[in-house]
Amino acid sequence: MARFPDERSEAAFSDFKDAYTPAQAVVEANRCLFCHDAPCIQVCPTSIDIPQFIRKIATGNLKSSARTIFESNILGTSCARVCPVEVLCVGDCVYNEMGIPPIQIGKLQRTATDKALEAGWQFFEAGADTGKSVGCIGGGPASLAAAHELRRRGHAVTIYERHDYLGGLNTDGVAPYKMRADDVAAEIDWVMAIGGIEVRHGAVLGDNLGFGEVEAAHDAVFLGVGLGPDKALGLPGEDLAGIDGAVDWIARMKTGTVDLSGVERAIVVGGGNTAIDAVRELIGLGVPEVTMVYRGNEENKSGYAHEWVAGKAEGARAAWHTQPVGVVGEAGRVTALRCVRTDDNKRNIAGSEHDLAADLVLVAIGQSKLGALFGSIDGIEVKWGQVVTDDDGATGRPGVYAGGDCRNGGKEVVNAAAEGKAAARAIHALLTGASAPADRPHPDHINHGPAHA
Amino acid sequence: MPDLTANCAGIVSPNPFWLASAPPANSGDQVMRAFDCGWGGAVWKTLGTPIQNVSSRFGAVAYRGNPAIGFNNIELITDRPLDVNFREIAEVKKRYPKHAVVVSLMVESREEWKQIIARSIDAGADGIELNFGCPHGMCERGMGSAVGQEPDVNERITSWAKEFSTVPVLVKLTPNVGDILPHGLAAQRGGGDGVSLINTIKSLIGVDIDRMVPMPRVDGMSTNGGYCGAAVRPIALHMVAALARDERFNIPISGIGGVTDWRDTVEFLALGASNVQVCTEVMLRGYRIVEDMIDGLQEYMVDKGYNNLDQIVGAAIPAFSEWGNLDLNYETVAKIDAKSCIGCQACLVACHDGAHQCIHPDPAGGRVPVVDESECVGCNLCEIVCPVPDCISMVEVDNGYAAATWNQHVSDGAALRPKKGAH
Repeated sequence: MARFPDERSEAAFSDFKDAYTPAQAVVEANRCLFCHDAPCIQVCPTSIDIPQFIRKIATGNLKSSARTIFESNILGTSCARVCPVEVLCVGDCVYNEMGIPPIQIGKLQRTATDKALEAGWQFFEAGADTGKSVGCIGGGPASLAAAHELRRRGHAVTIYERHDYLGGLNTDGVAPYKMRADDVAAEIDWVMAIGGIEVRHGAVLGDNLGFGEVEAAHDAVFLGVGLGPDKALGLPGEDLAGIDGAVDWIARMKTGTVDLSGVERAIVVGGGNTAIDAVRELIGLGVPEVTMVYRGNEENKSGYAHEWVAGKAEGARAAWHTQPVGVVGEAGRVTALRCVRTDDNKRNIAGSEHDLAADLVLVAIGQSKLGALFGSIDGIEVKWGQVVTDDDGATGRPGVYAGGDCRNGGKEVVNAAAEGKAAARAIHALLTGASAPADRPHPDHINHGPAHA
Repeated sequence: MPDLTANCAGIVSPNPFWLASAPPANSGDQVMRAFDCGWGGAVWKTLGTPIQNVSSRFGAVAYRGNPAIGFNNIELITDRPLDVNFREIAEVKKRYPKHAVVVSLMVESREEWKQIIARSIDAGADGIELNFGCPHGMCERGMGSAVGQEPDVNERITSWAKEFSTVPVLVKLTPNVGDILPHGLAAQRGGGDGVSLINTIKSLIGVDIDRMVPMPRVDGMSTNGGYCGAAVRPIALHMVAALARDERFNIPISGIGGVTDWRDTVEFLALGASNVQVCTEVMLRGYRIVEDMIDGLQEYMVDKGYNNLDQIVGAAIPAFSEWGNLDLNYETVAKIDAKSCIGCQACLVACHDGAHQCIHPDPAGGRVPVVDESECVGCNLCEIVCPVPDCISMVEVDNGYAAATWNQHVSDGAALRPKKGAH
C-alpha cells in the first residue's frame, strides 16, 4: 500500500481527545458499573462487549481487553477514535441518568487497541482453505471488515480498489484531529496481517473494471464502493478557482497538501458532519474567519451537536437560514458567495439577496450515490441511489452482497464494519452451507423466566 | 495455551474458579448459568436443616467512593427444601458432568452427617465441604464456627465424614481463631482430603446512628455477621500461607477470601491454594467476571511461561518466613520522580506525621518534595499514598554490609548496619 508523504496538511493537527495514560485508563475503567444488558452494547452497531473489555483494563488484562474488542469489530482501533461516541455508547452510558460524567468508552477502547497495534498482538488466523474466493469491490472499512472475516473462515479474497491506498473515507475523509491517514494505514497493515487478502489497486468499476469480470472470477461478490464525488451547488460560476467539493478537499488535505495562502475568509456550505469537519479543519489550518452557511438553523442541521459545539469553541461562525444562489468572482477566482435568507421551512425569502465575502468556498452538501453503477444488473435493486439488501447484506442477485455507505447511504465507520462483517458471515453460510461460529459465546446469564421452584 | 485444569484434593475442574458456598450457588438455575459463563466449579450453598432467614441480611463498608470494599452478611444456610436442592444438584451434574459440584454441609449429629453425605453422593456430588466456619447464627446452635473453633470437634466430625463419604472431603475453616494451624492440622488428622479457607470473619458492619441500631438492621435489632469481600483478602492469604508453609500440613487448600480477579487468584495459588472460591465479587458484579479471570490467568501464564497451575501453586511459599529470617542489612530509600510528581505532597505529610520525617519541602520553594536519604528508613508509606503510579519508587542502596538476619545476629553476632531514623 502506498505510504503518505510526511509533509501532509493534516500533520498540523494533534488529537482532539488525548490518549489516556495507563493510570488514567485504570481510574476510568474502575468507574464502569459492569451493567447487565448494557445500553452501551445495545447502541454499538458492532455490539462490542464494552463492560467486559473495560473490566479487563481495570484488572490489567489489556491483551484480552483488545481481543474482546476485535472479536466484535476488527476496525476497533479506528472506531475508538472516530466513532461519534457522544451519540452512541457514551451517550447511552447509564451514568448520564444520574448526572455523573459517562464512562469515556472511546478513550478506553483506544487504550486497549492502540496497545495491541503497538505490541503487534495478533488474535486471528486465516481459516483452513475452502477453495472459494470472494471479490470485494471497494477497499473501505466495509470491505476490510468483510475481507478479514472471510479470511478467518478460509475464503480467498481479492479487494478491487480505485486508489493506491486502502481504507476509503476512513483514510482520506476522517477529521485529522480524530485520526490521521498514517495511523489508519498502520491499522490496515495490522488487519491485513491475517494474510491472503489480495489487493488490486487502480481498479475503477465501470472504467477499467467490469462487474461481470469480478463476478466471473469469484464465488461471491461484496459491493463496498462507498459514495461518489461531492455534489455541486449547480450555480453559475461554480467552476471558479477557490471553490471545491469538501470531501475532495479533505482528501487532498489528508493525503497530501492544500494551499491556503491568502485565504482570510472561508465558507463551508452545508449543515452536515462533513461541513462541520471542514469548518474545524480550516480553522485548525489557520484560516482566520470560517463560516458555515446553511439554509436551516443550528437545531435542525444534520451534523452532530457535540461536533458543532467543539467547532464553536474553536471560533467557527455560522450563517443560518442562508442559501447560496450565485458565485461572485474576480480574475477567475471566487471572491464572494451570493446568498439569500431562508424561512423556517428553508424556503428562499425574496429580496434578501446579499454577498458573503470568501477566498475559499467548500461545498459540503452531500456526496453523490453510486447505486447507478449496479442499477442495470439483473436482480440488484437500487433505491435512492443505494443498493437494497436484506439484513445480512444480500442483494436480490444470488452471491452478491453489499455493505457500508453504498448500502446505508453514508453512515459511520462502525456501521460499515458491522455491515461488512455481517455480509461476510452470510457469504460464508452461502459458500459452505454452514453458519459461521459465534466469536465467543455471550451466555444470557440472567434467568428471564419465573422464579425457580 | 496453558492448561487451566485444577485439581483440589482429587476434585477436578476445567479451571480453578469455583463459586463459594453462598448466595451465588443457592440453586441449580444459578449454578448452571454460572457454568455457562465459564465458572469451573461450584460449592453448593450449605445444606442442612433448612432455616428461616431475616430481613435485611447484608451490609457493606464504603470507603472513598467504593461502595463495598468489605461486605457483611447475617444470612444462614439454605432455606430451600433438601429434596429440591438434591434434585437440582443431580440435574446440574447430569448437564455439566465435567464441572465440579461440591456440596457444603452443616448438620449436628453423627446420624445426620451420615444421611446428608449419602444423599449428596447419590445426587452426584464430586466432593463435600464441611461448613465449620459460619460465625453468625448457626454457631449459636452449636454448628459452623462453633465446630471450627474446637480442633477436637473438628477432627471428630471430619473423621465421621470420611467414614461416610466416598468422595473427597474438604473442611472449611473459620478464621475466627488465634492461629489457623491447629485447626488445619485437626482437619488433616480427621482424614480430611483438603481444607478450604477462609470462611467469614466475625464482624459488626456499622451502626445506624440515627436509630442507634447496629447494621444490618432487623427492625430494631441487629447481630454480628460474617465479614468478606476484597478487604479480607490479606487475612485469607496469610492463613492459606500459614498452612501451606508448615511442614506438618500436607493436604490441599481451596483458597477463599476477597478474590476479585485473575491477579488475586494467582496470589492465592502462589501461596499454596490449588484453586479459589469466589462469592462477594459475584454478588457485586455477577457471573460474567469469570471471563476476565480465565483470560487474565491464561495471559499471565503465557507471559510467565507457566504451562499448568501446579507450576504456580506454592511458588511464593519459599519466600514466606518469620521476621527473624529477614535481612536487616537490606536497605532501600524513596526516590521521587520530579517529572511525574503532581505536587500534592501527600508523601510529605505521610512521612512527617505517620513515618520517619525524612521527606521535606523543596528548599527552593517548588512543589516537589525532597527525600533526605540519610534518614529514609525505606518504609514504603510515601509510595503507598502517592496518587501517581511509579512516581515514587523504593530504590535499593548498597551499604556495603553483608546480609544479616536477626536470628544470625543473635546466634553468630552478625554485623548490623547503623539504624536510620532512630534518634
